[in-house]
Amino acid sequence: MTVMSGGQVGRSVPRREGPAKVSGRAEYVHHLRLPGMLVGKIFRSTVAHGRIKRIDVTAAQALPGVVSVITGEDIRTVIPHPYYGPAFHDQPILALDKVHYVGEPVAVVLAADPHVADAAAQLIVAEYEELPAVFDEVEAMTSKAVVHDTLKPAGTFPDLKHLEGKRDTNVALDFRLRRGDVARAFAEADRVFEHTFRTQQVLHLPLEPFVSAAETTDSAATIYTASQSPSFVRIEIARLLGWPENRVRVKTAFLGGGFGAKLYIKLEALVVALSLMVRRPVKISLTMEEQFYTITKHASTFRIKSGVKDGRITARECEVWWNGGAYADIGPRVTQKSGFTAAGPYDIDNVHVDSYALYTNLPPAGALRGFGIPQLVWAYECHTDMVAHELGIDPVAFRRKHILRNWRPQATGTVMRDAEIEAVLDRLAARMDWAKPFDRGTGTIRRGRGIAIGFKASVAPTTSMAIVNLYADGSCALYCSTVDMGQGSDTIMAQIVAEVLNLPVESVTVVHPDTDVTPYDMATLGSRSTYHMGHAVRLAAEEVRAKLAAMAEELGLPPGSNVPVAELFRRKYGMQAGNVVGSGSYIPAYKSPDHDTGLTPNATPYWMTGGTGAEVEVDTETGQVRVTRLVNVADVGKPINPKIVDTQLSGAAVMQLGFTMFEEMNFDGGQVTNASLADYKIPGLRDMPVMENEAVAAEQRDGPFGAKGVGESGTFGVSPAIANAIFDAVGVRLTKLPLTAEAVYRALRAARGQPLAEE
Amino acid sequence: MVAENRTIRFTLNGQPVAAEVAPHRTLVEVLQDQFSLFGARESCSQGLCGCCTVVVDGRAVSGCLYLAAFADGAEVTTVEHLGNGGRLSAVQEAFLEAGAFQCGFCTPGFVVMASQLLAEHPDPDDDQIRHYLSGNLCRCGAYPEIIQAVRLAARKQKGG
Repeated sequence: MTVMSGGQVGRSVPRREGPAKVSGRAEYVHHLRLPGMLVGKIFRSTVAHGRIKRIDVTAAQALPGVVSVITGEDIRTVIPHPYYGPAFHDQPILALDKVHYVGEPVAVVLAADPHVADAAAQLIVAEYEELPAVFDEVEAMTSKAVVHDTLKPAGTFPDLKHLEGKRDTNVALDFRLRRGDVARAFAEADRVFEHTFRTQQVLHLPLEPFVSAAETTDSAATIYTASQSPSFVRIEIARLLGWPENRVRVKTAFLGGGFGAKLYIKLEALVVALSLMVRRPVKISLTMEEQFYTITKHASTFRIKSGVKDGRITARECEVWWNGGAYADIGPRVTQKSGFTAAGPYDIDNVHVDSYALYTNLPPAGALRGFGIPQLVWAYECHTDMVAHELGIDPVAFRRKHILRNWRPQATGTVMRDAEIEAVLDRLAARMDWAKPFDRGTGTIRRGRGIAIGFKASVAPTTSMAIVNLYADGSCALYCSTVDMGQGSDTIMAQIVAEVLNLPVESVTVVHPDTDVTPYDMATLGSRSTYHMGHAVRLAAEEVRAKLAAMAEELGLPPGSNVPVAELFRRKYGMQAGNVVGSGSYIPAYKSPDHDTGLTPNATPYWMTGGTGAEVEVDTETGQVRVTRLVNVADVGKPINPKIVDTQLSGAAVMQLGFTMFEEMNFDGGQVTNASLADYKIPGLRDMPVMENEAVAAEQRDGPFGAKGVGESGTFGVSPAIANAIFDAVGVRLTKLPLTAEAVYRALRAARGQPLAEE
Repeated sequence: MVAENRTIRFTLNGQPVAAEVAPHRTLVEVLQDQFSLFGARESCSQGLCGCCTVVVDGRAVSGCLYLAAFADGAEVTTVEHLGNGGRLSAVQEAFLEAGAFQCGFCTPGFVVMASQLLAEHPDPDDDQIRHYLSGNLCRCGAYPEIIQAVRLAARKQKGG
C-alpha cells in the first residue's frame, strides 16, 4: 500500500463524538420525533408453534386514542408477499397463517400516545391451534415437528440454492468440509478423544433497544433506523415494495450498541408497511423485554473428536448443531463461515466438519460478536486442554506444537497469511508467567489459570464504497455507510482520510449513513469495516489527492509544490468555490468453498486471532468462581488507533465474560422466563477482573496501513480460558455454558462421589 | 389514561419551569417530550441500568420510574446541566480523556452518577467507585476505562 507520513494513522486520536456523548447530546434514533407521528406497540404470540385461528382486535380498536390495529393479513394490502430475510425469505412482517415462536409479532396497535398503544395491545385476543414444537438443536435434526413447511432460500447465496423448496426438514444449511482421510487417521491413532460441549442461548441486549421509524408517500419511503446495515435495509425494503432503490431512503444515527443485533431487517419493514397503510409517520421502539423476542445468539452443540499419534493430533472430526430459532436470519452464514474453522487454529492433516443450521421454535438467532466463533472456540479449546491433560503435556506446549503457522494450509486448503497465531499464544504465555510456578492455594479457596486461543476468517466477499469531498477551504467530508455503534469507526475512517490527504484529523467530518447521500456498504459487521471500508476510504482519498495534483499541474505549478489546498481552489475558480470529489470501492478476492468438500484456495481476505488468559478463584464450599484476571491478546494487524483497539478488545472480553459466567435465556415451553434485566444479569462494575489487553506486533500486508478488524477478537478465548482455569483450580471440567456456581458445585460434588439430585 | 392532567412547577437545570403532565408520565418522558432533553434515556424500564439517571433535590433517581408529578416543587438536574457555560465538567473531561465510553448510550447516566459520587466522596477508592456505580450498566464493557475516568476526575476536582 502507498503510505504517506501524515502521522494521523497509528495514533490514539480521541473519538470525534466524545464531547457529544459525555454531555448527553449525541444523536440516536431512540430520540427521534416526527411531526404527526404514531407509535406502534406489538402484540406477540403466546405459543411456540401454532396455526392462527382467530385474532380479535375489536376491543383494542375501540380504545379511545387508538388509530389502527393491524394484523399480518392487513400487511398484504401494501406488501403482497411480506417475507424477508438475508439468507431465507422466511420471516413475515407480522405472523401469517402460523406462529413459530413465543414472542413472534402478530399484530400492532397504532396510537399517538405510547401508553394508549400499550394498553390497547393488551386487549387483543388471539386463538391458535397448537402444533408440536421443537426446541433443541440436536432433536431438530430428526424431529417430527417441522418449523417451516418449505425452505425458501433468498437466492443471494449460491450455497443455499440446493435447499430451494425442500420440505419436512429443519436443516437450513448442511455445511461440510472434508480434508485428508479422517477414517484412516483415526484407525491409525494411538488414542482417540471425544467430547461434546454446549452453549446456551443469550442475547446482544444493546442498551438502546431496537428502534425504527418511517415516513412515506405513495412513491417514496424514508426510514430512520438504529441499523448496522442501512444499505441492506434499502435494498430489502425496495424488493418488498417492488420499488427501485432510489425511492427508499435509509438514515441512521449513532447506535446505542449493536453487537450484531441491529442487522438486516428488524422493525424496518414493519414501520414502512404501517406508515403506508395509515399515511402517517410511524415509530416503533422496543422495550428491553421485547429484545429477548427479536434476535439472539445461537445455542449450540459441538461434538469434537481427535485422534493422536506419537503425541500429535492427526485427525479431527467436528459435528456442530446451531440452534437458529424460528427464522434463519443470518444463521446459515454463521453455520458455514464459522463451520470451516471448527477444527481450530491448528495444523491438522485430516479434518472432517459437519455444521448444521437448524430451525427450532425459539426466538431467532443471528450474529453476535464473533459470528459463531466463540461457540466453536469454547469447545475446541476446552477439548485441547482435556487432550493435553490426558497426554500429560503442558497445554501451552501442546498448542505450540500444533499451531497453524503462516504459509501452511488451513483446513479449507487456504494458505495462511499474516496470521500471528503463534505470537498471540507466546504473548499470552509470557503475560501469564506460564513458565513460573503458580500458587493454587489450599483450604476452601483454590486458584487456577487457563488459556485459550481462537481464530476467525473475515466474511467474504463483501463490498464497501466511500466518497471523499474536499471543500475549497481545504476541509473535507467523508461519506460512508459504516455505522458508528460505539466501535469508533467515525474516528478511524477520519484518520485514514487525514493520513492520505495530509490533513489534521479535525478537518475531516464523517457524514453518517443516509442511503440518499452515502454510498453502498455491505454492513457494519464481522469486524470488516477497518479493512473493507478502510480500503474504500483510502482509495477515495487517494483519488482526491491525484485530482489535486492534476489541478496543480493544470495551474502550471511544478510537481510536488506545496501550495495550500485553499489557494489551489482560489486560483482555479477565482474565489472560494468548487469541490474535489474522490470515490473508492473495495471488494476483496474470494472463492467460495466447494459444495462437497468445503475446500477453497481463498476462504477469506484476512484472519483474526484472539486469545485470553484467565486466573480464577474457586470456593470449593459454594462453587462460586471469581475471575480475578483476564489477559486479552490479539492480532489486529497494525492498529490505526491503539486506544480504540484496546477498548474494543477489553469490551469484547467483558461481554463474553457475561456469556461465560451468568447470562442465559431460560425457557419454559418456548417462553422466555427471564426477559428483563432484573432476571437476566449482564456484567457490571463489580464483576470486573483485572483486565490487560495487548495487540501483538503484526501487519496485515494487504490491509489499509497494515490494519485489519478487531471488534470480535476479544471474545474468542474468554469462555474456554475460564473453564480451563476452573479445571486447573479444582479438577472439575464443565462442558456447558454458563459456568454458574451451581454448575461448579454440582461438578465438585460429583467429583467427590456425592452427586446432588437433578432438579 | 383518563385521570386528569396537572400542572407541575419545578426548577430544571437552574431555570424555573412548568409542565402539564398526566399522572402516569415519568420524569424521563416529560424531560424528552416537553423539554427536548435526551441525555436521560429509558432503556431497561426497571431502574436497573442507570441510563435514565437524573438528580432530583440532590439525589440521583431513575427517571424512567420516577413519576413526573412528584417533581412538583423539586430541583431537577440533568446531564445537560453539568459543566459550565458550554464547558465540560471535570467528570465529563475525564470520561473523554480516559475514553470511558463506546456507544455512549449509558454514558450520561455514568457521568451523572460519577458526579454524585465525587460530591459525596471527593477521593473514592476503587471499591467505592465499583459500589457506587454498580447500578449503572455499560453493555460495551467500558468499565476499566470508567474506573480510570472517575479516578482522573477526582484528581481534576482536587486541582491535581
